[in-house]
Amino acid sequence: MTAGPEEVVRFDNVGLRYGADREVLSNVSFTLYPGSFYFLTGASGAGKTSLLRLLYLDQRPSRGAIRMFGTDVITLPRKRLPAFRRKLGVVFQDFRLVPHLSAFDNVALPLRVSGVREADLATPVNDMLDWVGLSHRKDARPATLSGGEQQRVAIARAVIGRPDMLVADEPTGNVDPEMALKLLRLFEALNRLGTTVVVATHDVHLLRKVPDSLIMRLDKGQLADPTGALRYPPRPVRREPGTR
Amino acid sequence: MSNARPPALGRSVARGFSPFGGERAAALVPHARLAGPMPWVIAIMVALTVIAAAGGLSLSNLAREARAELAGGATVQIVVAVPQERERQAQAAQQVLQGHPAVASLRRVSDAELDRLLEPWLGVGGELDTVPVPALIDLRLRGPADRATLTALQQALLETAPGARIDAQSGWLAPVFSAIAALQWLALALVVLLAATAAAAVWLAARSALGTNRETIEIVHLLGGTDSQIARIFQRAVGFDATLGGTIGLVLGLAGVLVLGRQFAALGAGLMTGAGLDRIDWVVLALVPLAAVAIAMLTARLTVLSALRKML
Repeated sequence: MTAGPEEVVRFDNVGLRYGADREVLSNVSFTLYPGSFYFLTGASGAGKTSLLRLLYLDQRPSRGAIRMFGTDVITLPRKRLPAFRRKLGVVFQDFRLVPHLSAFDNVALPLRVSGVREADLATPVNDMLDWVGLSHRKDARPATLSGGEQQRVAIARAVIGRPDMLVADEPTGNVDPEMALKLLRLFEALNRLGTTVVVATHDVHLLRKVPDSLIMRLDKGQLADPTGALRYPPRPVRREPGTR
Repeated sequence: MSNARPPALGRSVARGFSPFGGERAAALVPHARLAGPMPWVIAIMVALTVIAAAGGLSLSNLAREARAELAGGATVQIVVAVPQERERQAQAAQQVLQGHPAVASLRRVSDAELDRLLEPWLGVGGELDTVPVPALIDLRLRGPADRATLTALQQALLETAPGARIDAQSGWLAPVFSAIAALQWLALALVVLLAATAAAAVWLAARSALGTNRETIEIVHLLGGTDSQIARIFQRAVGFDATLGGTIGLVLGLAGVLVLGRQFAALGAGLMTGAGLDRIDWVVLALVPLAAVAIAMLTARLTVLSALRKML
């Protein structure tokens, strides 16, 4: 299998099973290019979260091949995986904020893990909190934030490092429609900067809001791709970062 | 929330694989400090280890001093029932021994001294007149009190003092040295056992902290934190607790050693005078908490790394 250097992710006949149970993902194949926007849809139990876990390197598949940024991540030694995880931004369905850290420290966490000096950290984190409208709550602990505020902190943490790929699991599941749209615009803005975005959602109304997006539909662990457009998508026209 | 273009971050910020450490990293794992059990467990372990090590070191000093003291010592007994003949043989033996090349010095143990030595068994009142007690001569030899030297001395005394018997002083105390050696081994075993117990306690504490902070660890792991970074967070926390506990334990242990030292010094027994601690011994005792910190940090690191290896 060969992967062009421009491919962000390539799945080939990937299968995943937990223990001796039946496969939760079967023969999943697709390619993600830089700067593309994908919605991952499907009913509950269709395998969306399992697919996302493979994407953010929390799980190895039972079979098949996965390449990320041109590298086979299945055979990659464990100690080299952190470098790949640092290229990703993840919004977890349950936010997964560190409960005893403030909103500021939660957003700063990926930069600190990446070795950014404290002196270089305050400005981007404050900018990001301002951008998600939470600069006035930067010292608040997650328990004192509303669901929507926690979600925005989680999103700020996911995008603070300008990831090459953003993976979001039901990021609008806990907010009202107005807030959901605002969050979607945030992802679009990031996508315009060149980040590949994969958003798992069961909200069909959301899909229409991003006209250029592609839809990956999972049904009982299998990816619906009747035309092969997901496995062999047209190579996108290269554009300058920040343009659309 | 602003709908404006997001701030261009990340690329403009210097990122790398430099260590994630210091206060910020440590804040990821909340600590109970003195309110938690860890510093106190380590304090107790260090205090007991300091006392056991001090005991072992002072026994070692005692054995060394006593051996040096007794190595060239011998005692001549004039075992004769008739007091006048005993006195004659004792004086003759002194004359022979004074001129012998193997003898450095000698001292006749006085009757008053013998009285005092025998007082616990024979009571007060100078029973030396009624009970035949041998005359004693304390010898310091130029070399060790080995069998050849003792035989030569015995031969020299044979003619003038046939009632003389000569013994190496170290021979009398062989069972005592054997008991001291056993106590030294016991002290060493106690130190090793306490170190192992401290390591086990840290292992349990690290496992418990891992369980409590599992969610945080998974988050840092998924954000690209390396095993070493995460282990360092726990290592630092455990190191801080161990330093705190080690300091408290050292103070408690040294206080115990000083109190015990005074109690034994008050005994005034001749054998105990060599059982003090010298400067190097005190340095060794001061190293006990440092060793505890090192063991605790190493144990924490290995425990966390082992748990992390189970994650992808």
